Amino acid sequence: MDASLPAHMRPERSFQGFILALQRFWAEQGCVILQPYDMEMGAGTFHPATTLRALGPKPWNAAYVQPSRRPKDGRYGENPNRMQHYYQFQVIMKPSPPNLQDLYLKSLAAIGIDSAVHDIRFVEDDWESPTLGAWGLGWECWCDGMEVSQFTYFQQVAGFECAPVAGELTYGLERLAMYVQGVDRVYDLNFNGREGDAKVTYGDVFLQAEQEYSRHNFEHADTAMLFEQFKMAEAACRKYLDAGWREGGNKKQHLMALPAYDQCIKASHVFNLLDARGVISVTERQSYILRVRELAKACGEAWIHTEAGGAA
Amino acid sequence: MPDLLLELFSEEIPARMQGKAADDLRRMVTDKLVAEGLVYEGAKAFATPRRLALTVHGIPARQPDLKTERRGPKIGAPDAAVQGFLKATGLKSLDEAKIQRDPKGDFYIGLIEKPGRDAIDVLAEILPVIIRTFPWPKSMRWGARSGKPGSLNWVRPLHAITATFGLETEEPDVVKFSVDGIEAGQTTYGHRFLAPAAISVRRFEDYEAKLLDAKVVLDPERRKDAILTDAKQLAFAQGFELVEDQNLLDEVAGLVEWPVVLMGSFEPEFLATPAEVIRATIRNNQKCFVVRDPKTGKLANKFILVANIEATDGGATIIAGNERVIRARLSDAKFFYETDLKTKLEERLPKFEQIVFHEKLGTQAERIKRIESLAAEIAPLVGADIAKTKRAAHLAKADLLTEVVGEFPEVQGLMGKYYALAQGEDASVAAASEEHYKPQGPADRVPTDPVSVAVALADKLDTLVGFWAIDEKPTGSKDPYALRRAALGVIRLIAENALRLSLMKVAASALVGLSMKPADVQKLPGDLLAFFADRLKVQLREQGARHDLVDAVFALGGQDDLLMIVRRVEALGKFLDTDDGKNLLAGTKRASNILSIEEKKDKRTFDGAPDAALYSLAEEKALAKAIGEVKAEAGAAVAKEDFAAAMSAMAKLRSPVDAFFDKVRVNDDDAKVRENRLKLLNEIRSATRAVADFSKIQD
Repeated sequence: MDASLPAHMRPERSFQGFILALQRFWAEQGCVILQPYDMEMGAGTFHPATTLRALGPKPWNAAYVQPSRRPKDGRYGENPNRMQHYYQFQVIMKPSPPNLQDLYLKSLAAIGIDSAVHDIRFVEDDWESPTLGAWGLGWECWCDGMEVSQFTYFQQVAGFECAPVAGELTYGLERLAMYVQGVDRVYDLNFNGREGDAKVTYGDVFLQAEQEYSRHNFEHADTAMLFEQFKMAEAACRKYLDAGWREGGNKKQHLMALPAYDQCIKASHVFNLLDARGVISVTERQSYILRVRELAKACGEAWIHTEAGGAA
Repeated sequence: MPDLLLELFSEEIPARMQGKAADDLRRMVTDKLVAEGLVYEGAKAFATPRRLALTVHGIPARQPDLKTERRGPKIGAPDAAVQGFLKATGLKSLDEAKIQRDPKGDFYIGLIEKPGRDAIDVLAEILPVIIRTFPWPKSMRWGARSGKPGSLNWVRPLHAITATFGLETEEPDVVKFSVDGIEAGQTTYGHRFLAPAAISVRRFEDYEAKLLDAKVVLDPERRKDAILTDAKQLAFAQGFELVEDQNLLDEVAGLVEWPVVLMGSFEPEFLATPAEVIRATIRNNQKCFVVRDPKTGKLANKFILVANIEATDGGATIIAGNERVIRARLSDAKFFYETDLKTKLEERLPKFEQIVFHEKLGTQAERIKRIESLAAEIAPLVGADIAKTKRAAHLAKADLLTEVVGEFPEVQGLMGKYYALAQGEDASVAAASEEHYKPQGPADRVPTDPVSVAVALADKLDTLVGFWAIDEKPTGSKDPYALRRAALGVIRLIAENALRLSLMKVAASALVGLSMKPADVQKLPGDLLAFFADRLKVQLREQGARHDLVDAVFALGGQDDLLMIVRRVEALGKFLDTDDGKNLLAGTKRASNILSIEEKKDKRTFDGAPDAALYSLAEEKALAKAIGEVKAEAGAAVAKEDFAAAMSAMAKLRSPVDAFFDKVRVNDDDAKVRENRLKLLNEIRSATRAVADFSKIQD
């Protein structure tokens, strides 16, 4: 931890200071610090900076906060740590550096978790995303019995082998910050590190939103519109993919992988909303997941024929 | 003789894979050594979360020289054959070959000497192959090299290889090889946090000792012992007793290199939640042990955790952190439990209409209906109250939809019982929620309450008949629906509760409720009965009894009352242990053998009663008389289900049968007498069929 920081910026005092400390740490490791992707998504992995950039031979190191929307996890603001909107901090390094575990442990130190007094463990956890056609091996990282991060070596994304393999770290920011700040209810987190009248809590920022979105996700989201949106996103994705292929020299190239992938993200989120509204049966559920996966695979295929996918 | 030390140092290996990986490493290396002619004295393998290690001691320093002879062409054979022979043997000319004299002509013999190689060179060749082909259940690629084809696959990134070979008294040599850019050497690392520095090791003894200094206990058994001893001690010191859990101990020992056992507590209010739920929460989610009060046997509000570090604050932070997580988890569990209690079990049932049990066997709701009606039909046969049985079957599966069971599947049934009792159900009805799943395996308890028995039988028979109907029978090692276990469960329920029921009839009733029926529906109960016969044989074999007797009883036909089959088999087994039994079996077999030969010869059977007027010898008459008596006596005993008495009656046949074979020539010259005697032999066979088909019994 940086002792020169003013109190309100210290990771154990302020949620924003906590995020800034992580960003700063990973910036020092050569990562580009991105801002959140401007679309609704269920996890930081969906960000094209992870899903697409994990594919192809080009080195890529990035870190960013991604707001994650899990409509089904809404609890009307009544559960101490479950929310339909929360933050993930995502790090991706391709190829995975040989000291990635050490870097991860140093990042914990940077946010105030000292391995001399905390019991940090790497517990088996194989990661798989059926919607992204992706899997990897790694761990849940435990701190004193609490899962605080996911650590994954991507083996396959969008149905393609990762070559080279990327290492992915995902920190559950609220949970970690609660631990570091010593609060039991997420809404009690000190957001800005100030005290007294100047203090802003996580609840001040997000409680109302949790209540409103829970109503929306479970009771009012317009399912007819959402079914239509799913179809539209799926069709648009296919359309942009078809339109993007070019024959360049003796190589095939794709010129619109990113806009097509946006529609895949969109379809995935719409599906999550429909699922939360309980209008998708068990058997249909599987087929929707497959439809999103087909889009993700087609986008991955397009991506590896773009410049950053290594085609040029 | 020299020893090998091998260590593969990696990122954290999943706990569940460590034991098998250590075994595989030992097996693969030693098998390969033996195949290379290097017979070793001993080998031992170890695993920690970050390393697989192997020591093989007493390996010869060199392979033995190999001498082989190769037979060549005949003397005077064409030049091409000679040249080929010289090439294959490496001889310079035929002068170096021996000549072997042979009646078919003289041959050249080439003597090939293959000098043995140094063991260290052999190791340098076999170790990389073993590493590259290591059978991890799941393995992965990593780092820059994973961009190229042929990169190494390992369970998690492999960082270092230690491989040394040498005599105890000398500085060992490094076995020189590299795998995917990792050079074998003699450098390893200590505990990730407590002693991360590099360590230079020479051989196993200093390796193990230096690791211990660097806060790594190499041997998993030592880690388990340490955890168990400390955990018991810690519990005892506070007046508690550790609830031992071998699976958890195995797992936890695979998560730490330096176990430090600590105790934490939680609020006593949580103890209002059922103990099984508390234990499941603490064990499954947190991998911690629970403790109980030795006087009452009840759980205490304490838990035991195993950390991987000696913390500078004595563990206070670690305990506080774990307590926080456990508090949150228990508060979830308590919330689930209390939420569950607010909904009556029957109110959950409509949801089963949406849940498919099996694509071809309908929804869970349909299955519950089938079990209900089958259980009601079985109830009077097992002495159970019909109304209670129906109610029990109606509710038995309802807890599958509760929050607690959703979270912890292993408490299914048990929670059903708690919730049923809480909503004021009859004790037998509530117990059936838990007990109808029993027995789950050969060691599990068999329920005795008639209501539980009826529902347990209905549940298992519905499963068996259902999967038989859609032709999803177990094959070979595949039994995805645990049908063998279900059949064994039915056998044990019937045998241990001494129940009388016709399996054919019950199976036919179970078929009635199925919407999906196979084309050859009539055949199904019979097929299923044969499956039961097989399971019964397996069970008897495991108990050390004679399983061939099952065939002898089933061969009588029409046997579908399992209890009677078991009783017959038992009585038969005892009878065959006596001299009378053994001799009668021999006599009956002899009669059968003669009959089958003569039947073949004459192309006819010798059924029907013999003609008393044709008996000429006293032994014939005596045998005929004995058969008549024994048939009547054994028949009466079987009718009374007194199989021991039936066997005693059989014993009376022994001496007349022996006397008959002694004195009477069956194949008499008079065709009529011969026919009559063969008929008499046939009568022996039919008399013994009152208890079993003796021809199916193995000697």
